[in-house]
Parts: sequence; C-alpha cells; structure tokens
Amino acid sequence: MFQIVQKKRLNDSMTQMRVQAPYVAKKAQAGQFIILRVNEYGERIPLTIADYDREAGTVDIIFQKVGKTTLLLDTLEEGDSILDFIGPLGKASELEGYHYAAVIGGGAGCAIAYPQAKALHALGAKVDMIAGFRSQDIIILEDEMKAASDQLYLMTDDGSNGHKGFVTDALKQNIEAGAKYDLVVAIGPLPMMKAVCNLTKEYGIKTIISMNSIMIDGTGMCGGCRVTVGGETKFACVDGPDFDGHLVDFDEVMKRAKTYAELERESTREFNCRLMQQAEQ
Amino acid sequence: MPNMTMTKTPMPEQKPDVRNHNFEEVALGYTEEMAVGEAQRCLNCKNKPCVTGCPVMVPIPEFIAHVANREFEEAYQVLTKATSLPAVCGRVCPQETQCESKCVRGIKGEPVGIGRLERFVADWHMANSKEAPKKPQQNGHKVAVIGAGPASLTCAGDLANMGYEVTVYEALHTAGGVLMYGIPQFRLPKEIVQKEIDGLRAKGVTILTDMVIGKVLTLDELFADGFEAIFIGSGAGLPNFMHIPGEGLVGTYSANEFLTRVNLMKAYRPEYDTPILRPKNAAIVGGGNVAMDAARTAKRLGSEHVYIVYRRSEAEMPARAEEIHHAKEEGIEFRLLTNPVAIHGDESGKVCSIECVEMELGEPDASGRRRPIEKQGSNFELPVDCAIIAIGNSPNPLIPANTSGLEVNRRGCIVADEETMATSLPGVYAAGDAVSGAATVILAMGGGKKAAKSIDEYIKSKNA
Ligand SMILES: Cc1cc2nc3c(=O)[nH]c(=O)nc-3n(C[C@H](O)[C@H](O)[C@H](O)COP(=O)(O)OP(=O)(O)OC[C@H]3O[C@@H](n4cnc5c(N)ncnc54)[C@H](O)[C@@H]3O)c2cc1C
Ligand SMILES: Cc1cc2nc3c(=O)[nH]c(=O)nc-3n(C[C@H](O)[C@H](O)[C@H](O)COP(=O)(O)OP(=O)(O)OC[C@H]3O[C@@H](n4cnc5c(N)ncnc54)[C@H](O)[C@@H]3O)c2cc1C
Ligand code: SF4
Ligand code: SF4
Ligand code: FES
Repeated sequence: MFQIVQKKRLNDSMTQMRVQAPYVAKKAQAGQFIILRVNEYGERIPLTIADYDREAGTVDIIFQKVGKTTLLLDTLEEGDSILDFIGPLGKASELEGYHYAAVIGGGAGCAIAYPQAKALHALGAKVDMIAGFRSQDIIILEDEMKAASDQLYLMTDDGSNGHKGFVTDALKQNIEAGAKYDLVVAIGPLPMMKAVCNLTKEYGIKTIISMNSIMIDGTGMCGGCRVTVGGETKFACVDGPDFDGHLVDFDEVMKRAKTYAELERESTREFNCRLMQQAEQ
Repeated sequence: MPNMTMTKTPMPEQKPDVRNHNFEEVALGYTEEMAVGEAQRCLNCKNKPCVTGCPVMVPIPEFIAHVANREFEEAYQVLTKATSLPAVCGRVCPQETQCESKCVRGIKGEPVGIGRLERFVADWHMANSKEAPKKPQQNGHKVAVIGAGPASLTCAGDLANMGYEVTVYEALHTAGGVLMYGIPQFRLPKEIVQKEIDGLRAKGVTILTDMVIGKVLTLDELFADGFEAIFIGSGAGLPNFMHIPGEGLVGTYSANEFLTRVNLMKAYRPEYDTPILRPKNAAIVGGGNVAMDAARTAKRLGSEHVYIVYRRSEAEMPARAEEIHHAKEEGIEFRLLTNPVAIHGDESGKVCSIECVEMELGEPDASGRRRPIEKQGSNFELPVDCAIIAIGNSPNPLIPANTSGLEVNRRGCIVADEETMATSLPGVYAAGDAVSGAATVILAMGGGKKAAKSIDEYIKSKNA
C-alpha cells in the first residue's frame, strides 16, 4: 500500500498527489512513469512521474480527471493509500547534448512536459517552454514551468490570457524569429503532438514526443501499448514512452486510443451517478 | 485383481453448451470411487516406463498404489516429493505426450489417467488435510527469486524447505505468472494457484509484488542487499506479432493482452473495471494452448463465431489434445491449413475482416513438421470484428537489457547450463520459459528444482 502524503487541487479537472513510494523515488528519472491500481477492482493506469524526492521517498503525480479511474483516484485524500504503485517504468528521456530546446505542453501534458524542461535546463540547455490551455482559468504549474525554463510562452485557445492561439503558432513564430532549436519536446493530446511534428518536420528539427498509449502491465508482456515507429512495432511501455515524433504513425495511434471510448464513457457515467447518490445521502 | 477396462474412467465435465457460457471449471474431477477404480487399472510395472515420460520423475506407480488402497494422504505425500504444484500439473500437463504416452496400458487401449489421478489426490488433500504447512528451520542465508511463475515458485519452495530465507520479486500485482494471467479460470481455477502461493508464504517465503526487476532494482542491488544467490524465472511473456497489415487496428489483440484482461484483470466479472471488447465474431491465429484458451474465452464472452486460423493441419497443432477436443465441443470453428495475410478495418479503424489464404503441406522442415505452402489465388475473407494473435511468445528482454554480463542467445533466451541452470554470472541461476523459450509448466518446475539444488550447493561451497 502506498500512502498519499499530500493532495493539491490544481484546477477543476487536475489534481496533484505526493505519494510515499521509496523504491520508485530512489530510481526515478525524467520521462519515466508509474502504473497504479487504486483498489482490487480497479484498472491499471499509467501516470508520469512529475517530480520526486529521493530523501523523503516520495513521488508526485499530476492527473487529469477524464474517466472512472482518475475520478476514483481523486476521491482519495491525504492519509489514504493506493493499492499498487509500480515504477519507475519506461526509458528515461535522452536529453543530453542539446543547446536550445523548445518544450511544448498541451493541457494536462504540461505535467509531463515540465519535468523534461527541468531536466534539460539542469543539463545546461537553453529552454523555451510553450504551454497551451483552453482558457486562462485552467492554467496549471505556471510557477514551476517558469522556473524550469528561460522563457515561458503561455497560449490559450480562447485568448483569455491575452495570448490567443495554439502552441504551434508560438513555436512557428519563435522559429521564424530566428530561434535555433536543436530539439523540440512535445507532450499533450495526440492531435497537438501530430501538429507539432508536422511543423518541425518542415524545419528539420528533431522532435521527441511522449506516447500515452493504453497500457496494462508496463513490462512488455501484453503488447497493448504498441505503436508503429518508422515502420517497426514498438512497445511504448518499454521502448518508450519517448519516441522520435517524425517516425510515429499518429493516425494509427489516434484510432487505437479510442478502443474503449464507449465502454469508458459508460463506466464513468455510472461512477458519477454513484458519487452523486452518495453525496445526496 | 487389476481393473482391465480398456478405457480411462471418464472425467465428469460440464456440458459443452452450458460451459461455453460460463467461466467455471470445465472438468469437475473424479469422485473417490472413480479415482480408486482408475487407480486399479495401473499394473504397478516394475520398470516404471511412465516415470521416464515425466520431466520431474513423479513416482507414478507408488502414488497410484496408495490411491488404489484409499490412502489418499499418503499418495499426496509421495506426489509432493517430486512436484510442488500437483493440483496444477494434474490439470495442465500435456500428459498424452509425457507420462501417459509411456504407459503400457496405452498399447492396447487407453493409458492410465495419471494426470486425472494426480489432480484428484491434490484436490483431496486441499479439501481434507488439516495440517498447516510447517515453517522450516532457517539457515541464515538469503536468496532472491525473480518472477513468481511455476519455475520460481518451485525454486522458492525447495529453497525454503532447505532453510533459506527466500524473497520473491514479482512484476505484476499478483503472483503466479502464466498460471494467473494466461491460463483461464475454466481450465485452472485461480483459487487453486492462490492456495499454492499461500502455502509458500506459510513456509516463510516473502513475496513482493509490483517489483519490476531491472527497473525497480537491479541484480547488483539485490546482491548488495545481502542476497547470496539469485534465481531468474521471468518467463517468456513477450508477444510475437505477424507483421501483416492491420495489426494496429482496434480489435486486434495479442493473446497475452486479451487473456490478461480477462484472467488477471477479471474483465468477465462485472464488479471489475477492466474494459474488454466482447467480439461478435473472432478469429484467433495460432494452434497452441494459448490459441485454444483465447478462442474458448472469446466464446464465453459471447462471440457467435470463433475461428481458429492455423496454417498447418491438426496433426501439427502444438495444443494439448484435450484442449483441442474441448474447443471443438464448445463450438470453436477450425480453419486449418489457412494463413492470415491481412486484417482489414472499417473507416473508424475497427477490425471488420481477416483475409486468409489456403495452404497445403510440403516437405518436412528442420523441426520435422511438414512445411505449409501457400495455394496461389486462394485468398478469402472471414468477417470478424476481432483478431487475436497467438503465434507465440519470446523471453522478455527487460532483465538482460539491464544486467551487464548476463548472456542471452539469438532468440533472447537466457543462457543457462542444462544440468545446474547456472548463467554466465556467478551466483545467478535461471530456468523456465526465460531459458527454454515458451514451453510447459512442468518443464519450468523441473528447471526451478534443479536450480534450487545448485543454489544450495553454491552457497554451501562459498561458506565452507
Ligand atoms: C506513459 C503515460 C503517461 C501518462 N501520464 C499522465 C499524466 O501524468 N497525467 C495524466 O493526467 N494522464 C497521463 N496519462 C494518461 C492517463 O493514463 C489516462 O488519462 C488514464 O488512463 C485515464 O483513465 P480513466 O479510467 O480515468 O479514464 P478512461 O475512462 O479510461 O478514459 C477516459 C477517456 O480518456 C481516454 N484515454 C484512456 N486512456 C488514455 C491514455 N492512456 N491516453 C490518452 N487518453 C486516454 C479514453 O479513450 C477516454 O476517452 C499517461 C499515459 C501514459 C501512457
Ligand atoms: C495462455 C497459455 C496457456 C498455456 N497452457 C499450458 C498448458 O496447458 N500446459 C502447460 O504445461 N503449459 C501451458 N502454458 C505454458 C506455461 O504456462 C509456461 O511454460 C510456464 O508458465 C512457464 O513458467 P515460468 O515460471 O518460466 O514463467 P511464467 O509463468 O511466465 O512466469 C514468469 C513471471 O515472472 C514475472 N516477471 C517477468 N519479468 C519480470 C521482472 N523483470 N521482474 C519481476 N518479475 C518478472 C512475470 O510477471 C511472471 O509472473 C501456457 C501458456 C500460456 C500463455
Ligand atoms: S507431473 Fe505431469 S508429466 Fe509428471 S506425472 Fe504428473 S501429469 Fe504426468
Ligand atoms: S506404465 Fe501405466 S500401468 Fe505401468 S506403472 Fe506406469 S501407470 Fe501403471
Ligand atoms: S503495457 Fe503491456 S506491453 Fe506495454
């Protein structure tokens, strides 16, 4: 059992938790993730290691409430425990040897992108962080992203923070203005990562994306997380989650991501009903 | 007077058209009367040919003689000297190619039902024995065991009996390996595997789940923690794909994923959250136990048509005869000498058919099996909304990739000495599917046993 030592609401849909998990904390590196199972009946879901404290033996996760499991996780409070918390899994991001990077986060993806910005920065690279959100009121981790980068560009779809546009607009603008990026890291919804890759391909800038496939074991046993990269079958949980974005077959991944969409909607609806009933009692 | 009936005492079973709608065990087990009757068919041969067919040399005539005398607990004591998981072996061993293939009663008629008797004895013991397993006297030496499949469980059990302090590290949240995540409930109830694991715990073995060795801890760190030897029983869990078009479609599963969702994650029980597609029609590619299990599972999830697509003929199928028989009874449709060439999807990326080509058998290949050759222009499509790939598994590269100096062969199998199971690293032993490639439960157990013996000798000689 893994105890939650701190819980923080970041906005209406996102929560940060600090979990006591000494084995994970001891080895964790930027780009790696954990798989957790809330209780005996729960699914196993992957979440990125957003931060860790080796001394205290804690690991931070940041999750967006999108379905049954993340909603269930969000019902746990400080002092409660998570049944299974497995990691660190996946390969650490390879971030050494770059001079000037653009790290791009889309919505919840910022929680995954920000540790990478932090790691790049610590390795001595100049880092521009470009973060995109639907609107100003759901911006998260602003201070953390600012601290992890030389320049932070915050974009909103509706322009409510005064910077209307997509992350690709900001990226294109910077490149056109002469920013000599030798690396772009893009993490967020699949259509966003695909759009970034299409753009950076034009400019010939190496681009790393983080693949958020559906996963079960996280050890290479089930093959459920497979993606086609450069024509080869790769398993995101052991060969990734980071891949060369220019080689990923995004169209296939986008279809696979919807495999359980109908079933998930149903179980989320039921779960919300139950929460409401409990609240009424 | 021996019972000279030519055929085995039939196994009581759920009716095919009932059981293909539930996940309860198919074979119900012998009653005491049936077991005694079947045991009396054994001639107690002096030269024990049957024993030579068993990879762990179960003293077959001895345990069967006890059954014939209604000494069921004594029979169990004989059995457990050779196999630590008799309730499992009795159910899943391919007896027709092992022990029973050598039985003299099989020359004219059917062999003695050795597996069925083994299962009976183990089940009788579980139901009737009140004796709690004793915790052996500890000798103060620590051994780490990686993985919790049959190879590891056997090795851990033997070492615990010798007095070692054993810690098992399992990557998944449940111990048991393929016995828990692969082989379905209707063939091997998980409660039985759980009992065996509880028995190990009672002997003092510590089992830590959620521990992916190579990631969470390395072998060097285990040695630094005071373990004097390490056993690797990490299995062959890496699913092979065919690399044909359509393997990325929604509705294409590896058998591992399909079976893991149902067995380990219990997708068939409503109280569990695990999602699974319940196909209307499913095609399973392959001809082994894994393919049969996936097919019978799909049927139980409600599929109307379930096809086994296999490129050779039935004679070459690696699945146990009993499983093929059960699958046919349950309405699984066999498309033999048929090879898939592509999986087709609709505009939303969901599987809508599997395109196959007919095959004919040519000359025998290196494995001695006749090589299938494509019949030109014989392509046809089976309308299915799910394709499950069950064409084999390879050893998982995670541990070798994170352990310098651990030698593997071309197929990714850990190289280990056949007799001692010693690997290229001092103090590190390995057995089971991780060494042999995908094989059988009993071979994995046999390897785990050998390794336990070698580990004991290694630690003794080091401390001498
Ligand atoms: C390596 C990795 C790291 C991740 N890190 C984070 C993280 O740090 N924070 C975070 O909020 N999320 C992260 N995710 C995504 C997270 O795993 C999913 O949001 C979660 O599994 C959803 O579970 P659920 O039961 O709450 O929702 P579900 O009911 O399963 O799904 C709700 C909706 O989300 C979609 N969905 C399901 N699984 C995924 C997925 N893996 N990726 C994208 N969409 C999905 C479904 O199709 C459905 O439409 C990560 C995924 C991976 C593979
Ligand atoms: C569907 C199916 C049906 C089968 N049916 C039969 C049958 O009827 N009869 C028969 O004899 N055989 C059958 N087999 C084969 C048999 O199950 C295997 O040969 C046997 O389980 C191998 O045992 P093992 O201990 O070597 O490995 P496994 O049972 O594979 O166990 C390995 C364990 O190690 C764990 N592990 C892997 N990597 C790590 C790591 N890095 N750190 C920690 N733990 C790790 C795994 O999670 C797993 O629990 C079947 C196999 C399958 C898949
Ligand atoms: S362990 Fe398997 S092969 Fe050996 S006697 Fe028992 S059933 Fe036969
Ligand atoms: S060969 Fe058959 S009849 Fe002879 S001892 Fe073995 S089981 Fe009994
Ligand atoms: S999650 Fe199962 S292989 Fe990657």
